Parts: sequence; structure tokens; C-alpha cells
Amino acid sequence: MLDQTKQLPMGVGVGYKSKHFSNISEGDHPVKWLEIHAENYMGEKGAAGGRPMAQLRALSDRFPISVHGVGLSIGGEGRLDPDHLARLKHLIDEISPASFSEHLAWSTHDTAYFNDLLPLPYTAKTLARVCDHIDEVQDRLGRQMLLENPSSYLAFAESTYGEVEFLRAVVKRTGCGLLLDVNNVFVSANNLRIDAHDYIDAFPHEAVGEIHLGGHDEDQDEDGAPLLIDSHGREVADPVWHLYTYALATGGPKPTLIEWDTDVPEWDVLASEAARAALRLEQVLV
Amino acid sequence: MKQQEFIQAALAPDAPIPAGLITPSGAPAQRRFDVYRNNIIVGLKEAIAASYPAVKSLVGDAFFEAMTGDYVRAHAPKTPILPLYGDDFAEFIEGFAPASRLPYLADVARLEFALRQSYHAADTRPVPAAEFSDPLLFTRQVVLAPTVIWLASTYPVTQLRRFTLDGDRPSGGAEDVLITRPGYDPVATAFPHGTIAVLDALRNGMALANAAELAPTELDLSQFLGTLLKGGAIIDILEGDHDV
Repeated sequence: MLDQTKQLPMGVGVGYKSKHFSNISEGDHPVKWLEIHAENYMGEKGAAGGRPMAQLRALSDRFPISVHGVGLSIGGEGRLDPDHLARLKHLIDEISPASFSEHLAWSTHDTAYFNDLLPLPYTAKTLARVCDHIDEVQDRLGRQMLLENPSSYLAFAESTYGEVEFLRAVVKRTGCGLLLDVNNVFVSANNLRIDAHDYIDAFPHEAVGEIHLGGHDEDQDEDGAPLLIDSHGREVADPVWHLYTYALATGGPKPTLIEWDTDVPEWDVLASEAARAALRLEQVLV
Repeated sequence: MKQQEFIQAALAPDAPIPAGLITPSGAPAQRRFDVYRNNIIVGLKEAIAASYPAVKSLVGDAFFEAMTGDYVRAHAPKTPILPLYGDDFAEFIEGFAPASRLPYLADVARLEFALRQSYHAADTRPVPAAEFSDPLLFTRQVVLAPTVIWLASTYPVTQLRRFTLDGDRPSGGAEDVLITRPGYDPVATAFPHGTIAVLDALRNGMALANAAELAPTELDLSQFLGTLLKGGAIIDILEGDHDV
């Protein structure tokens, strides 16, 4: 069952990768909680099993777990997949996580899944749709979810809301919380030529239940200017650390996650990123 | 803009980008749209590569890249559960002309997909091996674990897969392969051609004693039964006799 009394501890977590199972279980490290991708622990008809599930059960006895979904397609035009929602409910009932979060994005169309977080315009119509989907998720799971701000590479001519304005409206209508991905803010601000600090200033920090930090890659846009790609494949960049510090100073301390999903490093590298975040978090806690 | 329009353009590398996607200066976001194109294809190819390491090793990196590129563009996942993605990759390989010189490749893909399904399959509690000392049980219908999967190949598929791991040259011919999962790591065991008739019969509700009569003469029945029991393959024995 879902334990509403559980919540993420005011400390640093990491995205869990099975290669780090022993390090996490045995070692002395700064990591206080773990985040998993929901879809890695699902089977077609409900429960997956085997080693991944056994490891997750063992870890969930010792660490608060954040379940992070990538496949619900909250921003999709179609209705939410009832089978996928049922699988999610099953997983959440089984491991009783401290938090559940998803993305302001879409990843499925008709019956196809594209394994990427695709963008949506911010209009009255998409706002209504996203809110309907979040209402459905929160009703089905019987709990609040957190919605994560995306990394943007382009803009929609038809958008009538700014992203923060859109997120504020979603929070107001659905009562959901937010997951503030500071790297995504940095990436989007660079790519859309907006001011990252303005974005943080305007953000409804009272709704934020979790912060994400991750690495990005640098490419070039049409004009040869930097185009940043949210890759989760390296250390958090220095300006993102500065923006994190700014977000903590602005919004107060929040449970913070280090995401590293591709070219996953040895445990020591990830743990030292977690230690860097913990140091900054402690500075706003005292 | 409709999401259908977005995804169609994203999956077609040379298609014009949908109208209304813009850069900060309001120009068409061509280069930026390519980020999504790239992310989708690279992400799906990585998912296939994670499921099919032996196929990749047999054909080499460049061939595998080209083959999976064609595959993922035409076969998006039908589910967000990526370990289940690629269920029709073997059929795709059969129709992929450049791979026709490797007629065994599709069956190696079938074996790898089956191993992956067994790895992730739901946990069940096996019937303790000691219970099988009662000969009556051989007249009963049994239920097989979801970790138990089998396939037949006209090629020595388990050896072809092992070749990619340790370099031992494959020998022999057709194999019927039984996959079981003792603990957490699936094991593929090769049996003589015709053995899967026994497994098909068990799944269709035939009692062990009757199903065993379908076995090819070369099958060592005690080894076969031992593989099933050691792999925790039998998870229930139903009440009542089941003469077929």
C-alpha cells in the first residue's frame, strides 16, 4: 500500500543503476535515497520479477524510493494507457515509495512508444489536457504526483503561456507538486534564450518536492550558437551548480537527485557528485 | 500542431519539419528538431543493442547499426517497457536481405529475446523437487513457471551464442532449447530435435507421463526432468488425473 506518511528525506539521492547495487548496500556514502525508472520494473501483465525486482525490494527496505515514470505520456493527445496506469499502480503498491514523479512531455502516440520526452505547446487546450491526465493519475494512485519541467530545444509558435506560468496553472488546478530539474532549466534557458535566474525567480517553489541535477552535452544550433542537449551522461556542469545554489537560496532546501543515465560511471564518481550536492544542501539547512 | 505530424516528421530523416516549430528568433527550428530525431532513434537502437548482444557480435557494430536503424524506424515499441521491446526483431532479420547470408541469425535473436523475457519474468514458487518422488504426480497436469521458455532451431543456436562469449566454434546441428531460471540467471539448455513437443504438451495440459511419450528417442528423460526441476520450472500440480 501507499504510505502517505513517507516522504523523501532532506538529503541527496541518486538514480539507481544495478551495477551500483553492492556499493549502495554496503558502503559508507552520502546517498540518502534512490530514484528508479518505473518502467524498468514492469512486466507486460503487471509484476516483473527476477534480479531487478529482488534488488529493488532489498533497497526499498533500507532507503526511501522515488518512482520516476517516463512512459505515461502526460502531455500526450490521447488518453492515458489504462494498462500502463495499472502497472504503475501495481509497482507503487508493492514498494510503497516516498514519491512519484512524471514529465511535462509526451512519449507515446496511438499505441507506439518513442522512448523520448517530446515537447508540447503551452496553450489553454494543452493545459486542460495535461490537468485531466494528472487528475486521472492522482485519482488512480491515490496520491499526489510531482511534474517535472522539461528540457527544451525549440519553441512552438502557437504557445500562449510561458512554461512557468503553465506549470503554476497545472499546480493550481490539480494540486500536483513539481519536480524542479535545474539542469533542464539551464538547458532550456540557453536554447530558448531566456534568463535561467528569471525562471527560478518565477518558479512556484512552495510546490517543489524534489530537485534534479544532471549533466548535459553541447552542440551547435542553426547559427553556430551553443545548443545544449540534456544527456545525463556526465558530471553536472559548473553553471548548473551555481544555478542549483541559486534555486536553494530562492526556494529553500529540497531533496536533490543526481541523474546519470548514459555512460554510467563507477560508484565513486557518482557518490562524489552526490557529496557536492549534499554540501550545498547543508549550507541552506544550517 | 498534431503530435502525429510531429512524430511522422521525427521518424523520417529527410522530411520537412512541421510548421510552427521555431528558434528563439522565430525561424524554423530545423537543427533543433533534429535533436528529437536523433534522440528517438539513438534511444531505441540502444534498447535493441542491450537486448541482442550476441546478434550484434555476430554481425559486427557497423552492420548492427544499419540493421537496427532500419528496424527501429519501422517498428516503434508497442509498450514503454523497454525490456519487452524487440519481440519481432527476429522476424525483421529474416526479411532483412543483407543478413540473408547468416540464416541462423534470426534464431540467435529469438534465443536472446527469450533469455531476456525469462530474466525479467515474474517470480513464482516452484514445487519442491522432493514431491516428485511420488509417482502419482506424473499423472497430473502441471503448471510451468513464466520463466520457462522454449524454442526450436535448425541451427546450434546455444553454441552460436556461446561463440560470441567465449569463442568456441559451434558444431552440430538442430537444437531444441529449453530456458529455465534457477535463481536469477536464465540458463539455455540444448536438447535433441523434437523435445519441444513434450513442453508444448505440458503447456497444453497433458500429464508428465503422457507428455514424456512424445519425446524423441535420443532425449535423456531424466536429464530433461532434472533441468526442469533444477530450474524451478514446475510451479503447481493440479488435482485429479489427466489421462490424455
